[in-house]
Formats: sequence, structure tokens, C-alpha cells
Amino acid sequence: MFNYNFRWNQALNSLPDMLEGALVTMEIAILSMVIGITVAILLTLFRLSGNRILYAIATTWVEIARNTPALFQIYMVHFGLGGFGIHLSPYMSLLIGIAFNNAGYLTENFRGALKAIPETQTRAARSLGMSPLQAFQNVILPQMLRISFLPMTNQMVWAILMTSLGAVVAMNTDLYGVTSELNARTFRTFELFAIAAVIFYLITKAITLSARLLAARLFRY
Amino acid sequence: MFDTALTAKDLVFLAQGAGMTLFVTAISVFFGTIMGIIFGVIRYQIGPWWAAPLTFVLDVFRSIPLLIQLVLANAFVTTVLGLRVSGFTVACSVLSLYTAAYCSEIVRGGIEAVPPTLRRAARSLGMTWGQDMTYVVLPLATRVALPSWIGLALGVMKDSALVYIVQVVELLKSTQTLITRLQEPLFLLMICGLFYFLISFPIARFGGYLEKRWSND
Repeated sequence: MFNYNFRWNQALNSLPDMLEGALVTMEIAILSMVIGITVAILLTLFRLSGNRILYAIATTWVEIARNTPALFQIYMVHFGLGGFGIHLSPYMSLLIGIAFNNAGYLTENFRGALKAIPETQTRAARSLGMSPLQAFQNVILPQMLRISFLPMTNQMVWAILMTSLGAVVAMNTDLYGVTSELNARTFRTFELFAIAAVIFYLITKAITLSARLLAARLFRY
Repeated sequence: MFDTALTAKDLVFLAQGAGMTLFVTAISVFFGTIMGIIFGVIRYQIGPWWAAPLTFVLDVFRSIPLLIQLVLANAFVTTVLGLRVSGFTVACSVLSLYTAAYCSEIVRGGIEAVPPTLRRAARSLGMTWGQDMTYVVLPLATRVALPSWIGLALGVMKDSALVYIVQVVELLKSTQTLITRLQEPLFLLMICGLFYFLISFPIARFGGYLEKRWSND
């Protein structure tokens, strides 16, 4: 049927290399999520602070992250900052780019979650004598994180998928980078990328599944 | 303070890239939406069990990086099937399917948001399935689905930056080409980013407005 000799063996031989790449991919995704969530909480605080400048910073961050391609953001971190004389390794550029993107989207998710928490709770906490920060930390934040757990899972999947964009900054240790480097050596494009696709699929499924289990465990009433 | 080697010709080159971005997006969103509506209705109509294979296939498009989908599709069509197909066609097909995968989810959500009692009432008034769909479900589901759909369309526009991998010169690729030649990364990237932002931001705002305006509470 096909005039093409599939050589799966050759491609499968490089599976260990690709799995190692998959580990790097997961590492970047997890780190970027941790940074992203931290920054997003900070930006949410900026938004709630009532300070105009802080609010503007948060809004600018969110709008840029959401209205430009992730590929552009990563490119900007690598080559744009290079224009200022800040030269980052591909790994760092990719990590910062994805974390920037995550933070923007997560801040927006948090905003949606905050809407679901009645404002009276803040007032109740304040009248109990909590400081604004205490009220946020002990009353609002836990609920906010719980409500936005599902969007966070989605964002985690996005982070995994976004690591493939490291190609644009010559990243060669993540799953996509390893695959395209192997491809440059062997030219078994279809086989190699098919395997990479399967690995990506399994990773994303593992994440959604474990998130679901975690949610069932954490948010049991 | 400000001088640049950017000429009018280069700007035209950038504009062509921008045009390509919009063109690819328009085609993909158009076909993707049509397919998405069809898939979404089918998935809703035949129930989760029978739709499982379709759901699986559509889910694959959402679980694999678009970049890999593009490389894979390109390799499959050109080397495995041995067809002479332009990168543009491959890019549009993959992006359309990618759009369809997300769109079917939105459509399904929209249909599910219509109260079943309302539909039963419509059917008991003697409306056919088609009438029920067009006069009851369509207007109500659109309200729920349109804001998400706008978000999806913008997402596709941003994701279309990835089609450079199949030799389609869109905005980001043309910017890259100019950067290589002019060595002014920051300035050129600003232009490129500004373009994406100026298209995406107002439409996203409009989507947010619709969402607020059309919500029932």
C-alpha cells in the first residue's frame, strides 16, 4: 500500500534518549507551573491591592500573556532580552517563557475563581481582626486554589505541550528537541515523531488522571 | 536616538507574513468550526458510549503539541504517502482539525447548557428534531458557546505561529527572517508582538463583553 519502508526498530532504539527528553519536558512543565502559580498569586494580590500601579502591572502582564502567541513570548525572552544584553540558555528561556504564559493565564483563572467567593467572607475575616493579608491567605486563597484546580490542570497540560516550542530557541534536551535532533541524524521523521506524539499523549493523560485522583482525594467533603 | 535599517520593502514583507497568519487562521477557523459543529452534535446525539471513538480521536488533537502534529502530518503526507502537497495545505488541514477538536467540545457544552425540559417542551409542541435544533437549541447554545468560540478563534490565530515548521512564512517567521538579516531583534519583535496584540486584544475584550452581557444573572 505504501511506498515507504517503516523502520520502527531504528526509531525505537532511540526510545531511551526520548524518554530522558520526556523527563526534561516534565521538569520544565512542573517548574514553570510552580513559578506560574506563585507569580499568579502575586499578581492577584496586585490586582486586589487597590494600588493603581500594581494593578496596571498585573493587567499588562495578563493581557500580554494572553494576547500574544506563546511562541512569540519564548522568542522574546531569548532574543528580545538578548537585545538588552541578557543572554539566557535555551533551557532558561523556555522555562521563563512558559512560566510567563502560565502566570498570565492563571491570574485570569484566579480572577474568575475570586468572583465565586462572596465578598462578605473577606469582611467577616477582617472583622474577626485578621489583617488584609491574613484574610487573603487563610480565607480566600485556599478556596480560590480549590475552585481553580481544574483550570490549573488544563494549564499544566498546556505547559507540557508548550515545551515543544523550545525548538525556536534551539532547545535540544526536551522531548521535542531530542526528537528533532535524532531526526536530523536519521531522517526517520514519521516514526520518530509518532513515538514522540505517543509519549506526549501518555504524559498528558497521566497528568489529567492523577489530577482527577488528587482532586477526589483533596476535595472530599 | 532611533535609527533602523528597516526599509519599506521589509515592512511589506512583514505585512505579507501578517496576511498569511490571518489567512491561515481564517481558513482553519472556518472549516474547523463547521467540522466542530458536526462532531459536537454527533457526540451529543449518540451519547458518550457510542461517541467514544470520535471523542478519543478528537482528544488526541488536544493532547499532542501542535508542532508535532504538523511535523507528523507533513511527514505522513509527503514521505509516507508520497504526495506533492504544499506546506500551506498541510498547515490548514492540521489547524482545521485542531480547531474542530476544541470546537466540538464547545458545541457539546453549549447544547448541554440548554435545559432538556425546554427541548422536550419544544418536541411536545410538535416541532421536529431539526426545528427544535434550529429554533430552540441554536439560539440558546450560541449564547453559551460564542464567547468560548471567540477565545478559540484567537487561540488558533496565536497557534498559527507554529506553521513555520511546514515552510509557511507567517508573521513570526517573516520577523525571524528579518531579524537574521537586520540584527535588530527587540525592535522587530515589538512590531510582531504589537500586531498580534492589536488583533487579539480588542476581540478578546469583545468576547468578555458578550460573556458578561449574555450571562443570565
